[in-house]
Amino acid sequence: MDASNGIEVEGLVREFKNGPRAVDGIDLQVRPGEIYGFLGPNGAGKSTTVHMLTTLLPPTAGIARVAGHDIVREGSLVRDAIGVALQEAALDLLLTGREHMRLQGGLHGLAAADIERLGAELLERVGLAEAADRRVGGYSGGMKRRLDLALALIHKPRILFLDEPTTGLDVQSRAALWDEVARLARDDGVTVFLTTQYLEEADALADRLGIIDRGRIVAEGTPAALKAQIGRPTVEATPADETQIEHLEAVLARFGEPLPAPRGAAAVRLTDGTEELADVIRGLDAEGIRVADLKLHAPSLNDVFLAKTGRSLEGAGEDELEEDTGEHAPEPVTA
Amino acid sequence: MAWRSVIRTARQPIVIVPPLVFPLFLLAINASGLDAATQIPGFPADSYLTFALAFPFMQGAIFATNTAGTNVAQDIGTGFFNRLSLTPMRGSSMLAGQLTGVLLVGTLQAVAFLAAGLAAGADIQSGPLGVAVLFALSLSIAAAFGTIGLLVGLRTGSGEAVQGLFPLMFILLFLSSAALPRDLIAQDWFRTVATINPVSYLIEGLRSLVITGWDAEALGLAFGIALAVFAVGLAASTAALRQRLVRT
Repeated sequence: MDASNGIEVEGLVREFKNGPRAVDGIDLQVRPGEIYGFLGPNGAGKSTTVHMLTTLLPPTAGIARVAGHDIVREGSLVRDAIGVALQEAALDLLLTGREHMRLQGGLHGLAAADIERLGAELLERVGLAEAADRRVGGYSGGMKRRLDLALALIHKPRILFLDEPTTGLDVQSRAALWDEVARLARDDGVTVFLTTQYLEEADALADRLGIIDRGRIVAEGTPAALKAQIGRPTVEATPADETQIEHLEAVLARFGEPLPAPRGAAAVRLTDGTEELADVIRGLDAEGIRVADLKLHAPSLNDVFLAKTGRSLEGAGEDELEEDTGEHAPEPVTA
Repeated sequence: MAWRSVIRTARQPIVIVPPLVFPLFLLAINASGLDAATQIPGFPADSYLTFALAFPFMQGAIFATNTAGTNVAQDIGTGFFNRLSLTPMRGSSMLAGQLTGVLLVGTLQAVAFLAAGLAAGADIQSGPLGVAVLFALSLSIAAAFGTIGLLVGLRTGSGEAVQGLFPLMFILLFLSSAALPRDLIAQDWFRTVATINPVSYLIEGLRSLVITGWDAEALGLAFGIALAVFAVGLAASTAALRQRLVRT
């Protein structure tokens, strides 16, 4: 593994005062150029992990190396290598987008000419060129998120941490942000560590996923592999003519193991996966069976979460907020 | 950071206008209502307005406490502090930056108070050089009080806590020799409190330039106390900042 561009975590723990372990001994590896999705409900430990990996919060125990540098002993080297967009797009509402770029570039020690050039490029790339000279106080939530992303990129980081970057965004803004994150990894080779509570986001963006619950990683792998662990897809069909139910059951049985189905319908677990759906339809058509309803159910990441934790991801963790460390912890309360 | 502080200050009329208007308003009330005090034997000025001109400068410093503390508390509350923590920014740059806005407001105040005083007939006994020293002293006091605001803002991260300092500072101001010279304060307890209150010496330093001319002792004490408060406030703020910046 090219350590200069990856993340290695071993037994990472964070305990808060008088509270449970927000992060309870996680191990993970993120490969260079990979988009690693960190999926879990509110209060699972996602943001606390990001705060530790970005040097904002010292771990209670464990080791982590980001871009080849130890997060505890080499904090400044880690910060030089990473770009971070935290859960709240912390922006100064009185400054314009362009002024933010100047401030961020200046704090990273970039030359004024580079800041202007890079700032303009990044604002253009995230679709804020026209709004660049407007105060951020007038930006929408999506615009703030996109500016936050541009700010995280001004010093050309090798690794990008995005903490729930699309929470609260509308569908259009979310899709635009996904495109840009995917482009960063694909074209620029940036390694992305992305936390999310959205299943579709993890599915659409992540090369590999870690699913975290109550401070522990409960599953890890590619989205496809994780879903394959749960089982094969099922198909359920309802004939237009009720008298054809037995005939329909016989045809479906050619494609896999029959399953219990609602009255008037037949279901089967497909032996060879979703690719078989076209064959199922052709088979029914060849036998002259008219179908009133046909449903394909492929395992989702929610099914994976359900299988691993016994709970559904949606709505899980609402009452599991992590404890604040008091005066020192920088907003580790959610996620 | 200094540039940001100046922009933020310039774009918030609420940060600039009250510190200019409120002290002038109080000066006008005091000058008209307490003018009879000039008849007290031993009163050091013919005009109460001239005597009281130092008062708004001190009030301005109290506003500096508020401005500096509120800005830093706001940055902590919004998470902007985390953004700064993730850059190679040095803590000293951050503190200096926050104080720049305070000094900008302090300069505007000094110009406004002096202009109002001169327009109302006040005479600066120390002359043009004295005006420069008056500016230097008032900005030193503003910076010193600004560090107190920074300290409270950094320790608490709460704008409300910083606002809570405001009345306390005013009590210190009113329990000083702001309204009368210490030797003319009739109440023993008040005179004693005013004598141990460092604000008395700050205001007496400012006032000496207006009504006396060059008073080395008064100026030495005022600059000395301002610098001491600044040094202690800055050291404590730096420690609080180090604690707040929990980055590894």
